[in-house]
Amino acid sequence: MSQTSIALQPGNTPFPARLLGWIKSLQYPLLGIAGLLALWWFGGWLIANDPDTEAFAAFAPAPTFDALVYLVSSGSLWQTIGSSLYRILTGLIWGVGIGVPVGVLIGYFSRAMQVSNVPFQFLRMISPLAWMPIAVLAFETWDAAIIFLIVMASVWPIIFSTAHGVKRIDPNWFKVARNLGASGPQMLKRIIMPAIMMDVMAGIRLAVGVAWVVLVPAEYLGVTSGLGYAINDARDTLEYDTLAAVVIVIGVIGYGLDWICAQLLQRFNWHVE
Amino acid sequence: MGATITLDYITHRYRADGPTTLENIDNRIDAGERVALIGRSGCGKSTLLHMLAGLLLPSEGCVRINSHQVTKPSAKWNMMFQKPSLYPWMSVQENAALGLLFAGMGKQEAARRVGELLDKVGLHDKKDVNVQSLSGGQQQRVALARSLATDPEVLLLDEPFSALDAFTRTALQEEVPALCAARDITMVIVTHDIDEAITMADRVLIMSQNPGRIVSELRVDLPFPRRSHDPEFQTLRSELMTRFRDTDDGLAGRKSDKDDTQKKQPAVRRVV
Ligand SMILES: Nc1ncnc2c1ncn2[C@@H]1O[C@H](COP(=O)(O)OP(=O)(O)OP(=O)(O)O)[C@@H](O)[C@H]1O
Ligand SMILES: [Mg+2]
Repeated sequence: MSQTSIALQPGNTPFPARLLGWIKSLQYPLLGIAGLLALWWFGGWLIANDPDTEAFAAFAPAPTFDALVYLVSSGSLWQTIGSSLYRILTGLIWGVGIGVPVGVLIGYFSRAMQVSNVPFQFLRMISPLAWMPIAVLAFETWDAAIIFLIVMASVWPIIFSTAHGVKRIDPNWFKVARNLGASGPQMLKRIIMPAIMMDVMAGIRLAVGVAWVVLVPAEYLGVTSGLGYAINDARDTLEYDTLAAVVIVIGVIGYGLDWICAQLLQRFNWHVE
Repeated sequence: MGATITLDYITHRYRADGPTTLENIDNRIDAGERVALIGRSGCGKSTLLHMLAGLLLPSEGCVRINSHQVTKPSAKWNMMFQKPSLYPWMSVQENAALGLLFAGMGKQEAARRVGELLDKVGLHDKKDVNVQSLSGGQQQRVALARSLATDPEVLLLDEPFSALDAFTRTALQEEVPALCAARDITMVIVTHDIDEAITMADRVLIMSQNPGRIVSELRVDLPFPRRSHDPEFQTLRSELMTRFRDTDDGLAGRKSDKDDTQKKQPAVRRVV
């Protein structure tokens, strides 16, 4: 962390030196990526040279990147990504809308924590995908059912992280605010929310991770759009290069979502190092 | 106008079947007066101060400020604690302006009001700094500005300087009474430090322990600023020390049979 931030410091350093520093800071991540590619390439080579698996040779890097270029240039990819992002964002909004208030409640009132702890820990351990049959029965559209699964995946880390944040609040902060004449809503807005924003974001980051992982298998079912559907569809039509390309896209978007969360986490972090 | 504080036969137990923490505290603090409360650790000083702030209600008796009973906290009677407890996600100025914001004042007006105060407590060049980068003394000055910003009638201080270095402490021991005098604020300070009590207060109340009672009081009629090497200061100090020790001896001497005697006493005192 410190090394990157020093390298990226936009001080008085001349541009070429800064660029050089930036590249330097990237050398290890690039090494990791190169390693992964090499492994992939080697796997593809093995598959292609084994008569038993020859049919799957399109999983190798070269065909995959061709397929990826085609997906991007033909424009069909954007709609697929759009459907998936719509589902995950809607699910997350519900997850935050439910998780943060519940987390504040059980963090603030220890009785609420005692009551809810066992049921919540129990529910949390159930794979969100296990809710699929119920979700299908309960919701009219496949979209709504998938969003429900995303909510079930994302709500727990948000609840627990928020509650943890509230419990960690210095009791003196409450005392001082009460002493200064804070009303209940003012306490919530000016003291509790800013104090726990960091924990809320950490919970959201975890939630995004779980939700993204759950989304793809959830999209195997019923719907005819989204990245999960694209994978399933490519498998059915034996387009293994497209399948691998979609996997790449899933990984890249997942990484991007996590990166955004990490940036927001930084933004709300009030600790001075 | 400062506010008159009346302590009306306050008795307190934290639990109904628990020990009596405070017993028959009965006193009157005049408007603009500066009073120090001293006593052993655990004798109930903070408990009493929390009651003055409306953060705690006594089991019996009541606190009145200008003849209104104190039942809840208010920015009109403000408390400063040993720890500054600033909010780390706010700048110095935002911290100091918090009480005004709670009172519904606009951000700009609050900033202007607080600006003058921060000048007074010597933080004019730190307004936009994050409070976590301040020294302990500077943080306590922000807390002071925060307490004064709402124009309180009463300022309550619970060992506010005990965690500070000697220089800052000495400076604040002079500044705070002066600020209170200038703004006509009634001040009550709880302290372990006899010199601090004499430096800051017009009157010193001495509390005994188990149960907490005000057993003695001493007037301090010295001009400000007070210096601990003045002979008069030293006379007062030894007088206070003697009385302070008396509360202790009394306790130690009667330890075995004290429970009976002290339980009967309140009834007697109430009649008197
Ligand atoms: N919230 C509480 N619940 C129960 N008992 C308490 C509580 N707060 C304080 N006490 C008890 O009441 C007594 C007085 O405590 P208090 O904090 O008022 O003492 P103090 O004079 O301020 O001590 P110190 O000088 O150490 O700050 C102590 O015996 C303490 O254990
Ligand atoms: Mg105390």
